[in-house]
Amino acid sequence: MLIAIDLALIIEKLVLIVIVVMASLVIAMYATYGERKIAAVLQDRRGPNRAGPFGILQPVADGLKLFFKEEIIPDFSSKALFILGPSLAMLTAIMTSAVVPWGNTINLFDREISLQIADVNVGILYVFAVVSMGVYGIMIGSWASNNKYSLMGGLRAASQIISYELAMGISLIALLMVTGTLSLKEMVLQQQAGYWNVFYQPLGFLLFLICAFAECNRTPFDLPEAENELIGGYHTEYSSMKLGFYLFSEYINMFVSSVIMSTLFFGGYDIPFVNEANYDQNWMALFGVLALMAKVVCFIFLFMWVRWTIPRFRYDQLMHLGWRILIPLALLNMLVTGAVILLKQNNWHF
Amino acid sequence: MSITEILFWGLSVLALCSAILMVAVKSPVHSILYLIVVFFAISGHYILLNAQFLAIVNIIVYAGAIMVLFLFVVMLMNLNAESEPKKNRLIQFAGLISGGCLFLVIIAAITKSSVATEMVQMGGGNAGLIKNLGMVLFTDYVIPFEISSVLFLSAMIGAVVIGKKESSTVTPKGD
Repeated sequence: MLIAIDLALIIEKLVLIVIVVMASLVIAMYATYGERKIAAVLQDRRGPNRAGPFGILQPVADGLKLFFKEEIIPDFSSKALFILGPSLAMLTAIMTSAVVPWGNTINLFDREISLQIADVNVGILYVFAVVSMGVYGIMIGSWASNNKYSLMGGLRAASQIISYELAMGISLIALLMVTGTLSLKEMVLQQQAGYWNVFYQPLGFLLFLICAFAECNRTPFDLPEAENELIGGYHTEYSSMKLGFYLFSEYINMFVSSVIMSTLFFGGYDIPFVNEANYDQNWMALFGVLALMAKVVCFIFLFMWVRWTIPRFRYDQLMHLGWRILIPLALLNMLVTGAVILLKQNNWHF
Repeated sequence: MSITEILFWGLSVLALCSAILMVAVKSPVHSILYLIVVFFAISGHYILLNAQFLAIVNIIVYAGAIMVLFLFVVMLMNLNAESEPKKNRLIQFAGLISGGCLFLVIIAAITKSSVATEMVQMGGGNAGLIKNLGMVLFTDYVIPFEISSVLFLSAMIGAVVIGKKESSTVTPKGD
């Protein structure tokens, strides 16, 4: 039988899923706080400082405010699809975390528990599939709003995500040729034993980073949401917590893509310069999770730093960058990587 | 009933219902969404058959890329149930008959084939795993594989050529 039922395994996975989803939500919540604080520091302001000490209760207050706002559903919109849009955006944002290895295995109650929800052997392709699904939440919501500005925002989002997916995929192919596996867990194990992938694929990492910014609709690629030409963007007609879902899913996406970049290029839960095998397994797993989180926080800070540093692109510049610069560079990276691997297998003889 | 059987029946019902709804529903946007559900159900079947690569690629290519473009076109042209042109009765009747004929031919072919007795082989073989698939594609079937890639390339170049022609012939009219 393909799927064996093991009650302990199901409980273990359910607990892990609940923890991962809760952690993503809380981290995304505090990413909004971090964004406002970092913006304040970069612009020489104080930022939120009223709710709680240093304003750390600000995200809770924001959430409550969104829940208590009036819910408005436009008259001519397709109601089911109008609700489906933000729900899909949240769902696809959270789903990616299923294949991420959060840490090494721990030993609890005489059981080896893997800190990964599912170690599928097509891991990175799964991430890719979920990312390509992400566009539906925006497109369906924007169409169901029955508003031409929303629709324009949605179309921008769709074409942007499709265009940058290509460059992202090609830059990943080069990485896969180096690692020879699609499983995220195996990639981390390889990087623990050797060097981090970013040293083998610097250009690939840079391309992946740029595409991740575009896939998350972050500045300088936040064209789907443009106050000056589209009134609001794809969520013009949304109010209350549905708007909150759209805004929140952006932060979850940012968190998840930081996790993916840390795992693919920066060793995941690997602690640099430490041989994990020499110490206690459970403590090392815990420190591994903390190491991954430290890397993730650095990436989230980078996302915010870029937002307040680089001005946004015009829409035609965005398409030009994606199709005429990133895709040829990614192709070149792939060809060079392939040639070097072939040469290495041939002992550096032509 | 084992869990795989339950999953099989659930996915089959989901796939067939969504396929029927996709044809029956009036609004084009809804029918595209039902088609996406069909693709997901079929990917679920692939996973039951232990063909994970096929399942994921089916989602990436069909549900993730092609259907987005369909949705794009339908949304841009603003096709609605109201603006849908009323079809001729005769054409509807002809469509019904030709579709029914195709259905009969497929049913006849399936009942004659050797796999008809086995409902589905679950978990059998590892041919769908990416490693084995890659080995087969690049050793036994390398020539068909390369020919199909040339075909894709020519289609891509063709699309670019058509796109270029369109933009150069559009000239502002004087009226």
